[in-house]
Parts: sequence; C-alpha cells; structure tokens
Amino acid sequence: MTPAASTVPAAEAGQAATAAAGPSAAWRVPLAIVAAAVALAFMPWLGLPAFYDSLLYLVLHWIVLATSWNILSGYTGYFSFGHGAFFGGGLYTSATLMDKAGWPFLWTLPAAALVACVLGLVVGAIVFRVKGVRGEVFALLTLAVTFVLGTVIVNTPIDGGNGVSLAGVAVPKIGPTPSATFYLLALAAAAVTLLAAWGIAVSKLGAGLFAIHDDEDAAEVMGVPTYRYKLIALGISCALAGLAGGIHALFLNYVTVGEVFTITVPLTVVLMSILGGTRHWAGPAVGAVAITLLLYSFTAADYAIAGKAMIGVILIAAILFMPDGILPRLQRAWARRWPAPAAPACAPLPAAAAAAQRAAAPTPGAGPVLLRTRALAKSFRGVRALAGVDVEVRSGEILGLIGPNGSGKSTFINVVSGHFVPSAGSVVFEGRELAGRAAHRIAQSGIARTYQIPRPFAHQSVLDNVALAAMFGGGIGSPTAARQEAMTWLSFAGLQDKAQVRPDELNLHQRKFLELARALASRPRLVLLDEVLCGLTPSEIDDAVALVRRIRDQGATVVFVEHVMRAVMALTDRVVVFDQGGVLAEGPAAEVMQRPEVMIAYLGAPQAGLAGDVDA
Amino acid sequence: MSGFTLPSATLLAQSVLSGVFVGALYGLLGLGLSLSWGLLKLINLAHFGFAFLAAYLCYQMASMGIDPLLTLLVIVPLFFALGAALHAAMARFEITPFNSLLLTFGLTGIIEALIQSIWTADFRKLESSYGDHTWKVAGLYVPLPELITLALAAGLSLAVWGVLRYTDLGKALRASAEDAPIAAAFGIHQRRNALLLAGTCSALASVAGVCLALGFTLAPSQIYAWVGVVFAAVMLGGLGRALAPLIAGIVIGVSEAVTMAVTAPSWAPLVSFTLLIAILLLRPGRVA
Repeated sequence: MTPAASTVPAAEAGQAATAAAGPSAAWRVPLAIVAAAVALAFMPWLGLPAFYDSLLYLVLHWIVLATSWNILSGYTGYFSFGHGAFFGGGLYTSATLMDKAGWPFLWTLPAAALVACVLGLVVGAIVFRVKGVRGEVFALLTLAVTFVLGTVIVNTPIDGGNGVSLAGVAVPKIGPTPSATFYLLALAAAAVTLLAAWGIAVSKLGAGLFAIHDDEDAAEVMGVPTYRYKLIALGISCALAGLAGGIHALFLNYVTVGEVFTITVPLTVVLMSILGGTRHWAGPAVGAVAITLLLYSFTAADYAIAGKAMIGVILIAAILFMPDGILPRLQRAWARRWPAPAAPACAPLPAAAAAAQRAAAPTPGAGPVLLRTRALAKSFRGVRALAGVDVEVRSGEILGLIGPNGSGKSTFINVVSGHFVPSAGSVVFEGRELAGRAAHRIAQSGIARTYQIPRPFAHQSVLDNVALAAMFGGGIGSPTAARQEAMTWLSFAGLQDKAQVRPDELNLHQRKFLELARALASRPRLVLLDEVLCGLTPSEIDDAVALVRRIRDQGATVVFVEHVMRAVMALTDRVVVFDQGGVLAEGPAAEVMQRPEVMIAYLGAPQAGLAGDVDA
Repeated sequence: MSGFTLPSATLLAQSVLSGVFVGALYGLLGLGLSLSWGLLKLINLAHFGFAFLAAYLCYQMASMGIDPLLTLLVIVPLFFALGAALHAAMARFEITPFNSLLLTFGLTGIIEALIQSIWTADFRKLESSYGDHTWKVAGLYVPLPELITLALAAGLSLAVWGVLRYTDLGKALRASAEDAPIAAAFGIHQRRNALLLAGTCSALASVAGVCLALGFTLAPSQIYAWVGVVFAAVMLGGLGRALAPLIAGIVIGVSEAVTMAVTAPSWAPLVSFTLLIAILLLRPGRVA
C-alpha cells in the first residue's frame, strides 16, 4: 500500500520498536492508556462549558472509528471502504432497539457491537474466500455493501425513509449532564479500542496481520492462518465500530440513512489513519485528533467550505510527502536522536544447543519414509505440470530434484507445500494425508519451504521475518520467545549482525540465507529448497552448500530443486529426475546422470537411431 | 414500501427508454474512468469533480446567453489541459493505483468546495431552448437533451474504440498498459501518450458534465451520487475498454429504471450495487 519501503536506513517502525524494548517495558503502553482515560474521566466535573464535552466526544468518537478501522485495514492492508456499513449497522441496531423495543440505551450498546460484528463476519466469510479480492477490489466491494445495506434499511420499517427520532429516549445519568455522559461513554470506548489495537499489534495475531500486509501467500506458507486472522481482525474492527455507532445514535438523537451509509465515514477514517500512520496502533488516533480539531476550527470560524478544501489538501499532501504517516515519521526522527541499542534485547542461543535437542545424527538415506507422494498431479487449465508423480523422501536424506526447465520440479514443491492444491493424488507426510490441506496447516505439521526469488516481509526487520516463522510454523506463542528462537537461526545462517535491518538492505546472497533461516525457524522435519543457489557467485555457492549440509546435520530432511550440478553432485544422497511432469529416473546422482534417457532430457535427443542430419 | 405493482406496457417502455438515456450518461462518465484505470492504472475520482466543474461552467456560460453546446468549444480544451496537468503531477510522484484513488478523492473535495464557494450549495438548473423540445414517438416521450447525451455517448465511445483498435497510438497505449517497460524498450513515447490519454479522459468527463448540465439539476453534493453507479458500469464493462462502459451503463440504467417502475425509486441503488458486488466476487481478476 505504501510505496516507500524504507527510505531511512535501520529505522524501526511501529510495533517492532515497542516490543524490542523488552517485556517489562511492554506494559507501559496499556497502563498509560488506562491512566490517561481515568484522568480524562474527571473532565466533566471541571465546570467547563458543555460544548467542550461535545467537541471532545467527537474527537473520541473518531478515535474509535479510525482505530477500529485500522485493526483490519491498516494492519493487513485490506483497505475497507465499508466502515460506514458496520458503524451504521450498530447505529441502527441501537436506534431500533430504543425506539421500537423500548430497550434502555446502555443495554443496546452490546447488541449494537454484536450485530455489527456478525455483519462483518458474514461479509468477510464470503469476501475473504475469493482470492483476487484485494486492494481496490476489496475497497469497492465493501463500499458497495454499504450502499446495499443503506438501501435495504431505508426501504424497510427499520427506517422507513424518514429516519428514526430518539427524542423520547432517556439519556442515562453517568455524567453530570447528558453531553458529559456521551463524553464518558466515548472515552471508555476509545480506551477499549486503543487497548485492543495495541494488544493486537504486539501479539501473535498482530504479527500475522502485518505479514499478510507484506506478502499474504508467503505468510500462509509460513503457517499464518490468513483467512481466520483476517476474519478475526474484521470481527473485532466491526464490533468496535458498531459500539461507536450505538453511542452515536443517541448522541445524534435523530438518525437518517443518508448521513450514515455514505462514502464520507470510510474516507474520513482512511484519511485519519493515513495521516497518523496505518502500521502503528496509535497512528489513527493521532490522525483523528488532528483532523477533528482542524475541521472544528474551520466550522467554528464559519469557514466550513474552506475546511472541506483543507481536508483535500491535507490528504494530497499526506500521500505525496508522508506516505507512512505522522507517527512513523516522528519515531524515525526520535530514533535518529536516540539510537536504539544495536544488539537485540534477547541473547542468541548457541546453535549447538539447538542441535543437542535433536535426535542422533541420522545415517544418510537409510531412514524410514518421511514423505510419500502417490500419483500426484497438477493441471493448469489443461496444461499438465505434474502428471502422476510418485516420490519417496526418506528421513535424514538430502534429495535433489533435477530436470530441465518446465519439467515440474517447482510445481512439485508448490503442491507439497500447499501453495497449489493438487488436482489428484496424495501426499502423505509422517503417516498423515496433506493433499488439499491449507498451506498454513502443512507448515504447522513440519514442512517448510523457501522461494526461488526471496519473498521477505518488506516492512519488518530481518529478525521479525524469522520470528514469524518460529511463531506460526513452529507454534511458539509469545513474540519475545519467537525472537529468541529466530536469533538462533539467524546466527546459524550467519545473519546475526543484520537482525535489526530491513530486508531491502540485504544483498541477494543474504536474502537467500534469510529465506533459509526463515524456513528453519519453524524447526521443520522436512525442508523444501527451491533453487537457493540460483544467482549466487561460486564462493557464495560454497557457503550455501555448507549451510545446506549443516541443515541436514541438525536433523532436518532436505529436498532441493537445483540446476547447479556441482552442488547437486556434492550434496545429494539421491536425485529424482523430472521430465515433462513425470519422474524420469531416480538414484544416486553420479549414476543417474549417466543414464541415456536423462542425458536426452537434459541435452536434447541426438536421435541416435536416425540419420544425423538434425543439427543438435 | 410501496410493494409491487405491475405497470402498464407504455409505462414500462417509457422507463426502459429513460433507463437507456440515463445509462448513456453513466457510460459517458464511465468511459474516461475506464480508460484511465485500465490504461494508465490511475483510479481517478476527480473525474466526477471535473464533470461537475464542467457542468457548472456550462451552466454559467449558458446563463450569460451562450448556447450550451457551443460552450464545449471552451470547456473541452480547458479540461484536456487540466487532466494532462493532473497526470503530469501524479506521474512525477509515481503514485500507486490505490493512492491515486485517495489523492483524487482529496482533489474532488477541493473541487466540491470550490464549486460551493462560487455557486453555493443550492440546486441549479440550466435553462435552455433544448429543454423545451420533446418529441412523442409511438406514444413515448423523447426529450432532446437526453437524445443529445445518447448521441454524444455513442459517438465518442465509437470514436475512442476506433482509435484504440486501429491506430498506432491506440496500439501503443494498449501495449504500454500491458507491459510498460517492454513497450518503452520498443520505442513507445510513454510520457507523451499518457498525457494525451489523461487529457482525453478529462475532456470526456467535461463532455459528460455538459450533458449533466443539460439534463439534471446541479448541486455540489451530487458529485458523490454518481460515483457508485458509474463504478459499477466501469467494472461490469471491464477496464480500459471503449464500448463496454456504454453498454454496461445502459444495462444498469434500464435495470434501475425498471426497478423504479415496478417497486419504488428508493430501491434503485440496490440493483447497481448488487450487480457490482456480484461482478467483484465472481470476476475479481477483471479489475486487478
């Protein structure tokens, strides 16, 4: 979403900086939120004019809406333009229950949150199932949902076309005045929302959501349950928007569809979040305060039209000059003045300790069968990329997959890792059938892979990239423990000095090693390596070959696709030769490469039996 | 809820006809949007702002006694220049498609404020001799302004289609949209072509604006009323295509008009937006 990846070197944005400060510091944020809320709760008793209550109510109201929007859209990059629908769903739930069912106001608020949440889950359950619905498509789709819902409400007795008047509903006496009551309710809602946004950002859930933002497919393959996580984030986001709607219903006192189910609500929250910074839990709140006060100062001075234009100018300026938002900009300035300690807070575990936990070093090629595919097939619109492949991978071996381009090697990796669903056949890993399972389930069951072109999460540090795999593929619950585990594997791959930098500062060689560290951090029993050596210099290849050997010595089984024959000869216990989607030969590399059919597949047919007039 | 009433054949035919007319305007508004999105990868919400600005300029000049159609001579070049300038600015900052949506929304807000400060938030209606002409053909009313809109929409869509399909410029534009670096390597002057196309898109928006002024009452807040339904037409047609927005616009216009005739006018948005949702869910690849 944001084009500028990392313009300032070694700048740590958002949650990473917060969490890197260590577990004891981590509780400062929620304590600060609660303390601020408690202090602000005394405001109505200071005897300020009632209009301050209303102004501050609006500020808090927009904090709730913008921050709740950000939980899905900012963290995952799925920009929803349907926040008006969920806000409106809560608003009309509350209005209807008060007006038609006679519920007391406070009782309608949980109902409003619940209805908005269910609404969001229903929309999400459908929309998130369709793979292509990202970016602009998701934005337009959610906007269309808003208008459909608005049309239905205006044409049914819920609204009836004339709006709902709540003039007869009593405002509960929480504060000294009705406007103070609304202020206190919004304050509570804002505190809850900010706590939720912070809690998610620093948790495993947040790590998964941020990974979805950067590369959803890679996140899924590393074990992030992307569908479920998006749905959870949307549910929480909608519930909070619904709560804001429920409070706002009685604040407005008279609700109409035309003011709620519009493009204005989503665009305002998008504007606030972008201005403040979408990758930080507090960014939208900063934007909400700025925009609300700015708009107010214009309307108060009777320059409402100028205010409207001003919003436009701010939006344009923010996108052109501060695509990351105010808060990350401030953090970077802060980080430059007070540089964070370069060394990570957690001490690296010696790699040997990890190795010691493993079973005794296996004897190559003699282990039991770890993975077995039977008649595995994959077709793309009639093109058979895999046509009935039977492969056995034995525990503890290094198996090379070789063959000409387009022979199905990479497709095999993609099918086994769950990136593609097989068209037919079975994949049995440790006695369990994996074919057709979601990629994150396969990752969690002990298979990890690398990509031929490294796909790191661009907005996260190298350490967090690896920690993500430890958390999701390796099943480590706490981000702090996962970072410790990640440090082990970074040292293993020789990247310990690069832990705090962004992936785009690494060279290709280092990025390939980052892919390896990421694959290993989930402690897989089987590692699938897709052309890790491609593009490396001869000396870098030597390093990588040594590393692959050490991976096996750690106890993992390795399957690797490779074109560099020198490495294949040096590393493999056994090779499987692919040709035209099927297995052509298998056996020890030196022996298999001598076979005539393999030479034909590689070098082209000499047409031995025919006259030699074909120029090979 | 008015419930379902079965309208007479004449009423139904009349609503189909008015659906065709309003659909033609959807198509004309969608044409520039579709070209800009499909070929330039920019989602230009300011397209609607430009159309309304053109409509107000037309209104202003017509109220000074100039024939509304003659105002096109001034308006079209003016908006061509505006569109090209906007594109030059966005190209300079290398805006992503999604950010172009947000940026042009900001611009639309500025245009709305500008219109409101000059012409106020009140409804304005252009009075011209065109509005007096209405023919009755086979029992159906055919108003002249709507007919002009249909003719302009059909003519311009066909012209753009011809240019894209048969001229070197059209081929160059389509090649750039498919793979910009490769197209550039083959010697296509992308910057010039893109400016030309962006200018044309805005010029098309301004023509739509004049049609809008001829047939509808204007208010600054109305800018957003057209966004959803025109986007639905653009997506239904597919991006970067010339005839598709018009056809899709008419399909949506007719289905809306029939819905209004059979149920109540307030149900009309349901048709276009349900269609949009269905398209996006079933064919998301069409957009990305």
